[in-house]
Amino acid sequence: MRRGWFLPIATVLGFTFLYAPILSLVVFSFNENRLVTVWSGFSLKWYGALFSDPQMLGAAWLSLQIAAISATIALVLGTLCAVALVRFRRFRGRTALAGMVSAPLVMPDVITGLSLLLLFVAMESIFGWPAGRGMLTIIIAHSTFCMAYIAVVVQSRLSDLDLSLEEAAMDLGATPVRVFFDITLPIIAPALISGWLLGFTLSLDDLVIASFVSGPGSSTLPMVIFSKIRLGVSPDVNALATIIIGIVALGVVVATLLQMRRPKARA
Amino acid sequence: MTAEAAAAVARRRPWTVLGRGLAAIGLSGKALVILAPALWLAVFFLVPLAVVFKISLSQAAIARPPYLPLLTFDPDGTVQLTLHLSNFLFLLSDSLYINAYLNSIRIAFISTVIALLIAYPIAYFIARSSDRWRNFLLMLVILPFWTSFLLRVYAWIGFMKGNGVINNTLMALGIINQPLVLLQTDFAVYVGIVYTYLPFMILPLYTNLVKLDQSLLEASADLGARPLRTFLSVTLPLSIPGVIAGSMLVFIPALGEFVIPALLGGPDTLMIGRVLWDEFFSNRDWPVASAVAIAMLLVVVVPIMLMQNAQSAVVERR
Repeated sequence: MRRGWFLPIATVLGFTFLYAPILSLVVFSFNENRLVTVWSGFSLKWYGALFSDPQMLGAAWLSLQIAAISATIALVLGTLCAVALVRFRRFRGRTALAGMVSAPLVMPDVITGLSLLLLFVAMESIFGWPAGRGMLTIIIAHSTFCMAYIAVVVQSRLSDLDLSLEEAAMDLGATPVRVFFDITLPIIAPALISGWLLGFTLSLDDLVIASFVSGPGSSTLPMVIFSKIRLGVSPDVNALATIIIGIVALGVVVATLLQMRRPKARA
Repeated sequence: MTAEAAAAVARRRPWTVLGRGLAAIGLSGKALVILAPALWLAVFFLVPLAVVFKISLSQAAIARPPYLPLLTFDPDGTVQLTLHLSNFLFLLSDSLYINAYLNSIRIAFISTVIALLIAYPIAYFIARSSDRWRNFLLMLVILPFWTSFLLRVYAWIGFMKGNGVINNTLMALGIINQPLVLLQTDFAVYVGIVYTYLPFMILPLYTNLVKLDQSLLEASADLGARPLRTFLSVTLPLSIPGVIAGSMLVFIPALGEFVIPALLGGPDTLMIGRVLWDEFFSNRDWPVASAVAIAMLLVVVVPIMLMQNAQSAVVERR
């Protein structure tokens, strides 16, 4: 079949659309001018401003901690949920569990955020816990919605798994718990790693839910960025974006190279 | 067995000991595996929705928390349950809310169609390219997803504002004399949504198109069909599952979107997520915000879940 011109051009335009705004963020982060989009010379001063802004740094550190803890809790709960749904074919409430774990995927953030805040307020007035809102309530909220995504990732890996390996281990006398830790876990490890990274990213990225359930003095990085850019463009946000894009690009490129090399080495 | 021997066994077979320990306190591992996530979801997903429903039936008040209780206990021993449907009637009577719902559906729908039109050729091109290129292009599609969503929306502010990149470029080229008003319009919201969710459209389409049997296309060409005809009667019908999957992944988050209309839209770009946010944070009217959430749940989320259930039931039957 003759190769048409339409597909390559559409693809080039599509990728231009995807990358032009990101590239302009990066370019203008090195701009000396305060008016972000008017170029007036190379400068690193916005990076300096970023690293001497205690509010930004504090928020970034808080967000990283919340993301790491939430992703870990969500990984444990999400994996348990996936194991229950894939391995235990029939149990009472299976449909309910499957529904509950997939519902957060279609739930708008504003509803998740509002409902959790109202829960925390009600719990505080009844049980006195959680006292006030802050890091703890954000972690609970993020764990809940990240767990849904992780359960999906782990579920799809578990259902592809060759059952005979686990059966062989059982036949050799291993207990179910031992089979899980010695056989199943190492095999699904790649899915667990990508699930954890997914949860980490989702948590780090969330503005809406965190805004509802956070309290005074616990502003996450997206909340600080949002209040800054609501007032207009700000060059130190460009610098921050450039750093994040740099880290992510490096990570993705390394991961892709590793993935591409593996099958070749085996062949 | 001596203590040392027991310790040695424990060291060698920690999982066996763990299993026995659980059994000793009357819990099978299986029950624990199911109960832990089920309890968590019940407390932090189901109960919150019930609380929202409860508060949507109460009345706003200047108090902490800012609503009146549903149950009141009178000194003479009567318990009174007061349910206010006024919040829901208010949603129906004020055109703002109905317009916001309709507008969200419209904006999400149009954005989904635009995203589909842009994503399809890209997905097709990636599916047709050689292995080496394919991995590279897929990586380029996925990469923006891992960077901050908020910062990618922010990038468009710099792009579309009065003295932004687009206007500066067009004016430098002499195409326009006056800067175009791009930001704070519905157009900017479409751009933002399409831009943000494009990868979610490309990936399922690609997964579908890469499995397309080449011999069908060759057969169609051998029988004298032009490429366009082949596309319309072979490729497109076969890729419908990918189209549906991708469209859902764009349409669903676009419906409840808050950040994009708040940053790129104008004051008259009504979307239901934004209305809920303002009702809660600006007006501090918790009961009305809750009513908006419940209405959104019934009108938007429940239909989507039913549709997905029906779809997966069809797939399983096959």
